[in-house]
Amino acid sequence: MTVTVTETAIAPTATFVHIGERTNVCGSAQFKRLILAGDYEGALAVARSQVENGAQIIDVNMDDGLLDGEQAMTTFLRLIAAEPEIARVPVMIDSSKWSVIEAGLQCVQGKAIVNSISLKEGEQPFLEQARKVRRYGAAVVVMAFDEQGQAETVARKVTICERAYDLLTQRAGFDPEDLIFDPNLFAVATGMPEHDPYALAFIEATWQIKERLPGTRISGGVSNVSFAFRGNEPVRQAMHAVFLYHAIAAGLDMAIVNAGQLAIYEEIEPRLRDCVEDVILNRRSDAAERLLAIAEEYRGDAVAHRVADLAWRELPVHERLVHALVNGINDFVVDDTEEARSLAGAPLEVIEGPLMDGMNVVGELFGAGKMFLPQVVKSARVMKQAVAYLEPFMEGQRTDDRGAGRVVLATVKGDVHDIGKNIVGVVLACNGFDVVDLGVMVPMHRILDTAVERGADLVGLSGLITPSLDEMCSVASEMKRRGMSLPLLIGGATTSRVHTALKIDPCYDGPTVYVPDASRAVGVAAGLLSDERREELIATVESEYRDIVERRSAPAQTARRSTLEQARANRCRTDWDGYQPPAPTLAGLQVFAEYDLAELVPYIDWTPFFRTWELPGSFPAILESPTVGHAARTLHQDAEAMLRTLVEERWVTAAAVVGFWPANSSGDDILLYADEDRSTAIATLHTLRQQLARDATHPNHALADFVAPIESGVADWVGAFAVTAGHGERARAEQFAAANDDYSSILFKAICDRLAEALAERMHERVRQDLWGYAPDERFAAAELIAEGYRGIRPAPGYGCQPDHTEKGTIFSLLGAQHAAGIELTESFAMSPGSSVCGLYLSHPASRYFGVGRIGADQLGDYAARKGWTLEEARRWLSTALSE
Amino acid sequence: MSDAQREARLAELREATSRRILVLDGSWGAKIQDLRLSEEAFRGERFAEHDHALRGNTDVLCLTRPGVITELLDAYLDAGADITSTNTFTATRIAQADYGTEGFVRELNLAGARLAREAADRFAYRDPTRPRWVAGSVGPTNRTLSLSSDVSDPGARAVDFDEVYDAYREQAVALHDGGVDLFLVETVFDTLNAKAALKAILDLEDDGRTPLPIWISGTITDRSGRTLSGQTVDAFWTSVRHAEPFAVGLNCALGAELMRPFIAELAAVADTLVSAYPNAGLPNELGGYDESPADVAAALREWALDGLVNVVGGCCGTTPEHIRVIAAAVADVAPRAIPEIRPTLRLSGLEPFVAP
Repeated sequence: MTVTVTETAIAPTATFVHIGERTNVCGSAQFKRLILAGDYEGALAVARSQVENGAQIIDVNMDDGLLDGEQAMTTFLRLIAAEPEIARVPVMIDSSKWSVIEAGLQCVQGKAIVNSISLKEGEQPFLEQARKVRRYGAAVVVMAFDEQGQAETVARKVTICERAYDLLTQRAGFDPEDLIFDPNLFAVATGMPEHDPYALAFIEATWQIKERLPGTRISGGVSNVSFAFRGNEPVRQAMHAVFLYHAIAAGLDMAIVNAGQLAIYEEIEPRLRDCVEDVILNRRSDAAERLLAIAEEYRGDAVAHRVADLAWRELPVHERLVHALVNGINDFVVDDTEEARSLAGAPLEVIEGPLMDGMNVVGELFGAGKMFLPQVVKSARVMKQAVAYLEPFMEGQRTDDRGAGRVVLATVKGDVHDIGKNIVGVVLACNGFDVVDLGVMVPMHRILDTAVERGADLVGLSGLITPSLDEMCSVASEMKRRGMSLPLLIGGATTSRVHTALKIDPCYDGPTVYVPDASRAVGVAAGLLSDERREELIATVESEYRDIVERRSAPAQTARRSTLEQARANRCRTDWDGYQPPAPTLAGLQVFAEYDLAELVPYIDWTPFFRTWELPGSFPAILESPTVGHAARTLHQDAEAMLRTLVEERWVTAAAVVGFWPANSSGDDILLYADEDRSTAIATLHTLRQQLARDATHPNHALADFVAPIESGVADWVGAFAVTAGHGERARAEQFAAANDDYSSILFKAICDRLAEALAERMHERVRQDLWGYAPDERFAAAELIAEGYRGIRPAPGYGCQPDHTEKGTIFSLLGAQHAAGIELTESFAMSPGSSVCGLYLSHPASRYFGVGRIGADQLGDYAARKGWTLEEARRWLSTALSE
Repeated sequence: MSDAQREARLAELREATSRRILVLDGSWGAKIQDLRLSEEAFRGERFAEHDHALRGNTDVLCLTRPGVITELLDAYLDAGADITSTNTFTATRIAQADYGTEGFVRELNLAGARLAREAADRFAYRDPTRPRWVAGSVGPTNRTLSLSSDVSDPGARAVDFDEVYDAYREQAVALHDGGVDLFLVETVFDTLNAKAALKAILDLEDDGRTPLPIWISGTITDRSGRTLSGQTVDAFWTSVRHAEPFAVGLNCALGAELMRPFIAELAAVADTLVSAYPNAGLPNELGGYDESPADVAAALREWALDGLVNVVGGCCGTTPEHIRVIAAAVADVAPRAIPEIRPTLRLSGLEPFVAP
């Protein structure tokens, strides 16, 4: 059975009000520690997550002997006032001290609930406090407590509440609607027969109070009832569920609860439910004994799925930490780490003991292919948060611990992409490496200076766009010039073993190792730093590189290429006679300043998202995969949950700009005109042609072939676009990273990346249906869009159809993209923010995506001349497209 | 003046609200600025040697230029205002501290109340069929309890509740003693400040003072429909309803056109009288207001016809002429009927919470 954490799981009725209990120092050890440490940032995060999880009111309690309650209440409530996502809900000001309640009332602009006042000290102080509450404008919880003590019987509960009601409505000016009675819930099944009727007494009193005092509400502290079974969570949860089921039916309106830990009445195993029900409803004199007799069977067992998940909480702390690491659960990490620390002689023992044990298991499972990257990154988050907790306790002890080795990582100058690099960093860190991550767009001198200063054992370079390959060669050359010898690791989407072998390795005398994916990073790094395996590994890499160089220099490689002339002769022959290209509806540019994120969600293509996490397979089939299905499902759930919040709270802003221009092709270039006269060209788009030897049925494509040539006399158009979903991305990702939550940081970036692609997809659809308007009736489902079953293409510079990234410069100036969409180009023509896409729109029905592949020296010279480049510049920008 | 006279007037007030839409006065600032009073004029003899500049301290004119204030009161009453407010919008210890006049708060409020009382009584005496009422103006002060005073510390506050409460209490006592008929807690942009004012006013009863009606008027600062401190109109109402106000409404910040949806929202949830006194449009480049008396009156008449309001008037940029045209425009329109609201537990943060 499963229990989902929603309001329906809290209670059988939708009218039940859920009051968040986690911002209570009595109820939450974590919250108490945060407040005692003065970590109000952390305390606010607790409040925020309660509201996010559906708390309709948050209970705030600062009653602790070590705290100045008035001060803590004031500080916390003032801070909440600055957090709209928390402050939108009302506060329950919870204290047994009147001075703390009053301090709280002086800090809330909204109408709060005071919890609580009572007749304990007699009528005078009760009325005095009540009148003040009324003049501060709050509702109030009244405990069934009078001069004689707390009411235990139904009769006393009802009598006290009636007396309080009369006083409050007649002498303190209260409306009945602002009164909430708490008839006191005490523990049952304690072994004392006189305690047996307590739960039923609460339920009966609830019913009678609601009957006699119309308009008033009933609240209660549910967890008291199961106090006798502390340590046996499954039974406690069953008791809470059964109690709530009956109390809500009797009229209980609200309770202070932790939603995540409640089971559903109907789903409790029937035998347990019957026994619990006997206890709660006091149906037989041996009810407590019978429950006790079976309770042990359920300890750590499945009463509810959610509860079963928590059974591991009963384990000793060492095993709990290992469990948390292996399963990537960070909910309890601070509590457990603290417990382990208090038991250990030194904080370091916690790291070297349970934490390393846990990470070793993770490493083994990962190595054995039983765990996957998303799970490892989650485990790393637990590790990092545990270590962050321990750090203040070990001042000076670990300042220069290099662990398994120190690795300096960076995304090279001109490139902003870092998801893959961040994953590598996390994986290395959780395998004991000390990772110095320099971030993105890092100049080579900073990378190398840091490597020297920190005494790095390895340097790792990452890049996504092709110009970064060139920068990597520069870094390698500089390492040689400086006489360095430490191993250089190369990774990132455009890097390859071939490029590393042919271009980077020759620049540097030290080992240069290509790392195809994050999963291999640990093996490579550990191998390079191992005295036994180092030589063998380097020898293997060198022999691979030699093979590649030899194969490349073999004559057969070039023989299969056409000359540029032959390739042009075998161009795609579009029939322009009788073809009328569609004229765009949109004249000039259109800017979409804040694109509705919710509209983009259905356009997300999830398959590349899983590839980012190195989970192979297509979406949605991947979710059912026998190997990675579990990891993929969890990752997808996490992503969807984050996506929802991201959209609701607008974590990022998306923007787009599109435009169309009259255009005609001229040879392999496309001329864009200022207006329909087609007399003034305002820009030239350069395209590259395939040179692989092909035949007439397989033309040598260039994008220019899909646009009507000048000589045809046909009026054609070309569009361009730039979109981003990355405004606000960096700051939020950094926030996650600062909270030692690399998992969320990487997840978030990967989602932003998907949103940018989704926006590109959606804009293209709007272009076809409306802005260009050549397919007004086109209706595809999102999956079909991803399968590209529509007419027209949107090729992006730097990819297959046009490997030259510098063409983005032309697109950006045409669109004014920097100003219009807030996207900038780096010196390597990477777009910043990273979650951005730009490209062209071509409309001809024959237009299609293709890969230019390798070009010959003849085209290189021709293209350089068209671009106004030297041959050297052309080689640099087209390095990946050159035949060797 | 006696409590008995005041009680009789208040009975007439309640009776009048059931029959017609009442009219409040308009702006004080605009007319006073027109007079271009000099620093010397603001100081008068009384504050000739005062160590702070006083120009701009409109409330001090109650003491130094009572004639100017009386003239303006008369102009509004003559234009047809049923209720005139006192010239005491900034007469609290907190707001007056900027001018070094915080020691004169009681005097300012007594004088402000007295001037308005005299003017209202004079008009009522001339035409006994038209009673006139005095609302003691209680402004927001220039310090706020819900917003941080330091950009780098969201928990910082320039004042605490007790300071704001004490300042309001001092003002409320003096206005009560000076003879106002009701309190007008207006231009509320931070509900917590308003709650301090309300508590100060409600607490007057503990000194044996007769409780007077309270009128609360919030300010929605822009199209978001929220107060500066972030509350929605509904949440604002929920937060102040415990004062059992005689009326609740909105004023300032917006012209009639932008204010309308929020007045409609308030009219739907408030089980008391609803008031509205918008600005004469939004400020132009020169800080002036462009909407003519006819513009404002047309909008308010439309609201009246739609059953949204019980009391109307004008805020920034409105003049006696505006009030004259507004009074004529709503004279023949029935007042809004007070809706019955389902009694249930209602709470609020920035947004309202209604128990099922």
